Amino acid sequence: MIHQLPGLIVIVPLLASLAAAASGWVNRKYPFIIAFLALSFTAYASISMLIYTAGGNVLTYHMSGWAPPVGISYKIDALNALVLTAIQIIALINLPVSNSYVKYGFEKKEAPFYGLYLLFITGLTGITATEDAFNLYVLLEVSSLTGYALIGMGNTRSPFAALNYLIIGTIGASLYLLGVGYIYIKTGTLNMTEMSLMLPLLKDSSTIIMAFCLCVAGILTKAALFPMHGWLPGAYSNGPNASMGIIAPLTTKVMIYVLIRLGISIFGVELFIESFSLSNFMVNFCAIAIIAATLKALYHTKLKKILSYIIIMEVGYMAGGFFLGNSDGTTGAIIHIINDAAMTFCLFIAAGAITSKFLEEDIRNIRGIFEKMPFTSLAFAGGALAVIGIPPTCGFFSKWYLIKGGFGAGQYLFAGALIFSSFINAVIFFRIFEKSFFSDKNHHKTPENLQAQNINTNKQISEAPLSVVVPLVSSLGLIIFLGLMTGKIVENYIIHLI
Amino acid sequence: MEIYEIILKNYNYWIFIILMFTGLYGVIAKNNIIKKLIGMNIFQTSIILFYVSLSAKLDGTIPIITETDKHKPDTLIDAANYMNPLPHVLMLTAIVVSVATIGVALALAIKVYRTYETLEEDEIRRKIASGYTGEN
Repeated sequence: MIHQLPGLIVIVPLLASLAAAASGWVNRKYPFIIAFLALSFTAYASISMLIYTAGGNVLTYHMSGWAPPVGISYKIDALNALVLTAIQIIALINLPVSNSYVKYGFEKKEAPFYGLYLLFITGLTGITATEDAFNLYVLLEVSSLTGYALIGMGNTRSPFAALNYLIIGTIGASLYLLGVGYIYIKTGTLNMTEMSLMLPLLKDSSTIIMAFCLCVAGILTKAALFPMHGWLPGAYSNGPNASMGIIAPLTTKVMIYVLIRLGISIFGVELFIESFSLSNFMVNFCAIAIIAATLKALYHTKLKKILSYIIIMEVGYMAGGFFLGNSDGTTGAIIHIINDAAMTFCLFIAAGAITSKFLEEDIRNIRGIFEKMPFTSLAFAGGALAVIGIPPTCGFFSKWYLIKGGFGAGQYLFAGALIFSSFINAVIFFRIFEKSFFSDKNHHKTPENLQAQNINTNKQISEAPLSVVVPLVSSLGLIIFLGLMTGKIVENYIIHLI
Repeated sequence: MEIYEIILKNYNYWIFIILMFTGLYGVIAKNNIIKKLIGMNIFQTSIILFYVSLSAKLDGTIPIITETDKHKPDTLIDAANYMNPLPHVLMLTAIVVSVATIGVALALAIKVYRTYETLEEDEIRRKIASGYTGEN
């Protein structure tokens, strides 16, 4: 059974999405049940593969029995298994959250929503599991298209933001496709293992260097590294709460996984780092990206926009950590993929709950979150502490590895940018804690004054429904759990990759 | 002579580069959303043409093994005689992807039009900035 799992983990959600979309005609409740069953199966599959690949084992699955280079093969090694588990667990935990928003917001549209949800997870799972470069492009587009549709369902500004995302994202994916074409010209194969055997011999070919540039440019566009990030704030802040729980944490992280896969398995570290001192340039570039994103996050006052810029900053961490070239940096980048998925999930669900209950996007106008929604604010505080990088949350450990890698490689600008952004994050989040968590007891007591400041006092604001709170708190627990398990994760999985 | 060689020998690559930049120009410089989408489609089409041009061989024929070839005695199927079918197959997938992308893009453009009554991007941005919420 374990050997069939790499194929099943992609096929099951694919079929389930068709079943979920079709079953909406039979009964309104079936799509959710089908989604739940499919995602539980994939969560089980990814955890069992995770246990299997601990210590460096590798699972290979040839689609329909055709061995490469004729067929497509799916290979799960330690890196894959970690990212796959992160994807599946987040998708599963997010399901009740999405369900509550879908019940209130999109009443007639449950079946298409769950169909899109499962297709999105299929795409991301396939990107993570596959070993074939073109298959990666196809699944990249599957996940992107469903992402565009899921984002376009939101408020009045979301179709325009989704259209913007669509245009930029498609160009990024097409650049990746062009890069794969260049590799295919030179090596004649699309299988990543075979490419990795041939590419070190072709190191000086200008085609391969161009292929590398195109692939990285395309992938970093989809990952929203600083100058190519224009689509992210609009899309993530206007998307519907029902779908932001999976889109926000996972999309950019899986793209960073693809970057690491390109670097480790296909092109090999020599091409990445030693040729034309790419490492220096890219790391400084990422440092600038981190500083720019942090300052923009400081400037904005809409809660979701702040979180979007924090995502862009985290992408800068991961990309910079990878381009550092030493084992600490890559370890930090890989751990940060998982940690950041958990942190972003926690923060976005909390932000969605807060903005939907208070009906207000701007932080300056929200008061008293802690009294009205204690669990949500606790989870938000936990996620914020993780972003700032305070032990024992997981954010601390990944930042530790990244800073250690930065100092080890002599890239002081990058390490300085990391520390600087931690301070600015502290400012951002503590500003939110101070202003919005507690209501002012001292002054501005009269209702007229409060109305004048546009603060919502009339609504009976209660805690978010249980289906939102439970995943939220469990994600907070996950953050702490991941932090404590970091040592074990590094030992068992990441060491074998580097 | 060097320049003529570079242009004439690789004319297929030059065509695809010109198409690619035409598409990018459309996406960046044009104001209307539909024109941007057409530019994006031209960009994807140029990549498809690039792949297909990879598969062409001198004096190659269509990559289908017919009955007469199978029944000839002592015939080896020599791959060099047939055009490479793999890029064709890959590009079928890419064409489907680009069609689906255009479909989703047009659906989103319809929604944008219904909300903002216009498809010109600068007008839409002005309306967003002034807090236009639309009549839905």
